[in-house]
Amino acid sequence: MTNLIDDYAPRIAAASGPEALEALRVALFGKSGLVTEQLKQLGKLPPDERKARGAEINAARDQLQALIEARREALEEARLEARLAAERIDVTMPGRGADPGNLHPVTRTLERISSIFARLGYESADGPEIEDDHHNFEALNFPPHHPARAMHDTFYFPDGRLLRTHTSPVQIRAMRAGKPPFRVIAAGKVYRSDSDQTHSPMFHQMEGLLVDERVSFAELKGTLAAFVRAFFERDFEMRFRPSYFPFTEPSAEVDIRWERPDGSHAWLEVLGCGMVHPNVLAACGIDPERWTGFAFGLGIERFAMLRYGVADLRAFYENDLRFLRQFA
Amino acid sequence: MKFSENWLRERVAIDATREALVERLTMAGLEVEGVEPIGDGLDLVVVAEILSAEPHPNADRLRVCRVSTGDAAAPVTIVCGAPNARAGLRAPLARPGARLPNGTTIRVAAVRGVESHGMLCSAAELGLAADASGLLELPGDAPVGAPLAQWLGLPDASLELKLTPNRPDCLGMEGLAAEVATLFDAPRRALEVPVVAVTSPRAPPIRIDAPAACPRYLGRAIEDVDPSRPTPQWMVERLRRAGIRSISAIVDCTNYVMLELGQPMHAFDLDRIGGGIVVRMAREGERLVLLDEREVALDPGFLVIADAGAPLAVAGVMGGHGSRVTDATRHLFLESAHFAPDAIIGRARKLGLHTDASHRFERGVDPALPERALERLSALLLEVVGGRAGPIVRAEHPDALPSRPEIRLRRERLARVLGMSIRDGRVEAILRGLDMRVEAGADGWTVVPPTRRFDLSIEEDLIEEVARVHGYDAVPTRLPGVGGRVAAPTEARVPDSVLRGVLTTRGYVEAINFAFVPPAWLEAWQLAEGAIALANPLSADLAVMRTALLPGLVDAIRRNLARQQTRVRLFETGRVFRAGPDGPVETQRVALAACGSAAAEQWGVRARPMDWYDLRGDVEHLFALLGAARADIQLEPASDPWLHPGRSALVRRDGAAIGRVGVLHPRLAKRLDLGLDVHVAEFDLDPLVARELPRATAISPFPQVRRDLALVVPDEVPFAALAASVRRAAGAVLKDLVLFDEYRGPGMPAGRRSLAIGLILQDDSRTLIDPDVDAVVSAVTDAAGAEFRATLRA
Repeated sequence: MTNLIDDYAPRIAAASGPEALEALRVALFGKSGLVTEQLKQLGKLPPDERKARGAEINAARDQLQALIEARREALEEARLEARLAAERIDVTMPGRGADPGNLHPVTRTLERISSIFARLGYESADGPEIEDDHHNFEALNFPPHHPARAMHDTFYFPDGRLLRTHTSPVQIRAMRAGKPPFRVIAAGKVYRSDSDQTHSPMFHQMEGLLVDERVSFAELKGTLAAFVRAFFERDFEMRFRPSYFPFTEPSAEVDIRWERPDGSHAWLEVLGCGMVHPNVLAACGIDPERWTGFAFGLGIERFAMLRYGVADLRAFYENDLRFLRQFA
Repeated sequence: MKFSENWLRERVAIDATREALVERLTMAGLEVEGVEPIGDGLDLVVVAEILSAEPHPNADRLRVCRVSTGDAAAPVTIVCGAPNARAGLRAPLARPGARLPNGTTIRVAAVRGVESHGMLCSAAELGLAADASGLLELPGDAPVGAPLAQWLGLPDASLELKLTPNRPDCLGMEGLAAEVATLFDAPRRALEVPVVAVTSPRAPPIRIDAPAACPRYLGRAIEDVDPSRPTPQWMVERLRRAGIRSISAIVDCTNYVMLELGQPMHAFDLDRIGGGIVVRMAREGERLVLLDEREVALDPGFLVIADAGAPLAVAGVMGGHGSRVTDATRHLFLESAHFAPDAIIGRARKLGLHTDASHRFERGVDPALPERALERLSALLLEVVGGRAGPIVRAEHPDALPSRPEIRLRRERLARVLGMSIRDGRVEAILRGLDMRVEAGADGWTVVPPTRRFDLSIEEDLIEEVARVHGYDAVPTRLPGVGGRVAAPTEARVPDSVLRGVLTTRGYVEAINFAFVPPAWLEAWQLAEGAIALANPLSADLAVMRTALLPGLVDAIRRNLARQQTRVRLFETGRVFRAGPDGPVETQRVALAACGSAAAEQWGVRARPMDWYDLRGDVEHLFALLGAARADIQLEPASDPWLHPGRSALVRRDGAAIGRVGVLHPRLAKRLDLGLDVHVAEFDLDPLVARELPRATAISPFPQVRRDLALVVPDEVPFAALAASVRRAAGAVLKDLVLFDEYRGPGMPAGRRSLAIGLILQDDSRTLIDPDVDAVVSAVTDAAGAEFRATLRA
């Protein structure tokens, strides 16, 4: 049997493929293979030799089978290796088909601001862009012809209607449509007849309104401080500066301490706000003795410009892909 | 409101730095938007007198001046190129060593061979004004040798306040000083206004015919004035630092008192007033030539100052040209009146004007001021232009004057609105400092504001006053508690953010266009019907409200193509506007526009232009949000004039039209200068995104069977009609239907095409066997044959 192993071990090792290996297997273990023949001869031996001889053949058989199996695995491995080598591609080439678009920076900013206020429990409300004088001014405590109206360069229609100059009319609509308490935000387009590098005849605002039984200027400050921090993902030095809006009192503008690219700092106005004027609550059928509230308004473009470093307001409406694509 | 800082400091004794003053004013609601330092860098600049000016021996344009600086023994030599350098002129001289505001350092230097010991200066060189045309001419009484800065009251700064419309009381130094005194808890220096001696009996009669508009009108004649006298230098300077140009002594004095006390006044030429003064509403058809020499048409909405015959001035806005003060004026009539804001508001604007007077009267001028202001103006005029004052003539309707009601301020309300309590003593000090009458009661105060504060009438007004003077910074910062209810997000519509997400994933970039468009766009698209035009558009290009999103979106495509883009895909959501029977109708829309190749340029994929089915694929991704299987969405050929008649579809949902999908009509594309096909879609947003909640059903345990068939149909049979017929014929067992091929060409009769469809069949209660499937197939082919002359492809 040693001869058989000596003879076949190199031939198994040299088998060049599965077919050659199979031929060797048949030559050894097939119906008339060499090992099979040896086993057949076993019955002819005397019983006392048979046992030792059987053990010898079996050991040789196991050894040869193991050699064949090892060779088979080696061949398969080699074949896989060859296939993998052949299938190699250039993975640095671009993928197929992917060319997604992206949101406009104003929408991106608006969604971000909305999501922050949604977490604070504010619901979205909506109103028309073509408004009447009553909702845009009168119910917001702007007397007719008041100079405060001159701060809103208004687009009018021949029938006296106008394009809303702010999102504040939605406050009125929301309060008249429901019962306090209110936590409402309203975002959308607003219009003023003014156009230069820092003014666009159409831009976007978001209005916020909270009316409840125990709401004070302190909660207004807390809410806006939390919002600014959340929006910019950082702390700012902030200040609430007394100002004037006919529909809030006390009123304030909110400035943040902004670092310019050159490292210097300046106060930048980012929000207008105040406690809802009792006349406004009363005009909406809400008892100002029982309910108090605050309102705030902000320019979406302003926040987008600060957040993303946009220098020219007009870029938002030119719809130049080279600009829009930067917000992917 | 612009004013001289030094003037303010003269009225209030504060020792705060300029920065601290600016900060405090800003943080009290009087925002300082500009600080312009004046007269820094004027060390070694003195008042000098030119003794002689001789031509320069070596230069035509230069002169050699001998200049006195007060030391008579030692005049200095200055070489000067200014055209107005002449003997006798007093002008500023920068002496050697001076460093001027523009950075120039003055040295002794030879100019074309003559040594110059300094420089005579223009206003611009000293940073005092823009005038660089010649030497700053100082008046003959300017003290020669004195430091210029000291003589001009420099250094100083012009501070500019951005006043909110509720604070007209700070449009005069007196009101501003009161405010500043309170903010700094500093003493005010009251302005003494003595009564001038009456030395003329002249008293033109005054009658008020419109007492509600003008409850108080005071006038006074001043005879024998000399209008040619110069305005004193100190007054010119204060006016200049307040941004007001010196015009003539009389005008300057009225302007000065307006700045000082806040009362706009007017001086008429008394000889041009026929009879007495009548304050009345204008009559229909009356006209007046204003000071600016424009003739304006008046109507009964205007309050005018008239004489017996015609209007002389538009009250509170502007005087008339005919009765203006000129160099020839000998006698003056001075007006100091209270006009009600309602009578002035909007009138200047209507005349295309905005004047210092209208700005103040529109916002409200203290009704108690006219007499004091008139005395002050009289005193200044007598001093500057001389003359003899007549008695003050007054016409008044006291019951028409604005009333000052008491306002109750409750301690508890103050704390509730601010979220903090403020000590009683502090509250009272703030209110009294602002000249309010304050009476303490058990639960708060009874307050009467001063007559100059038109903005204070309710409790909240006082709360704001207390808060802003006390400081908003002192109010604590805290978040409100969670509310009593949680917002319930609706599932009845696809959120806008999801819709946008689908479009961006499909390669569309979001655009935002103006909602007003050029009327020509809508005409070109034949979408002008029902368009609403603005009454006062910013320009003809922004004149009508859009009736559709696509004209703007396609224009954005055009502009991007012009910027070397070749494949552009844009979408927009926004409102469109149309006139309806009950007013304007606003509709939320979403629109898509795309052009160029079907896919972005890439390797391994053959480039081809986008076609209608690519667009429809994008649109179907939107339908998929609604649960495409459940939503009843049908497309049929559309007939809109802006769409290609053979490549456009009207989209219906539950039978109602909700949008259009198509290729822009080639005629329109040409007119819009588009050199290629633009694929467009526009939908009403609300019906597009309305959806129902998914309802889960059990999954059938029985296997699906697929059977493919190719049906040959005439070209004009739409696939959708065939598919509907197949669905009807197959019944509930048909779970899905796919179109997997369209074939025309060899082997197919002309005018017919083969549509290959796969039927996915499944029963919910048993396994389908061949005879079941065969029955479905023959039902389908029979129906298609009967309805469309469809045959099975051989």
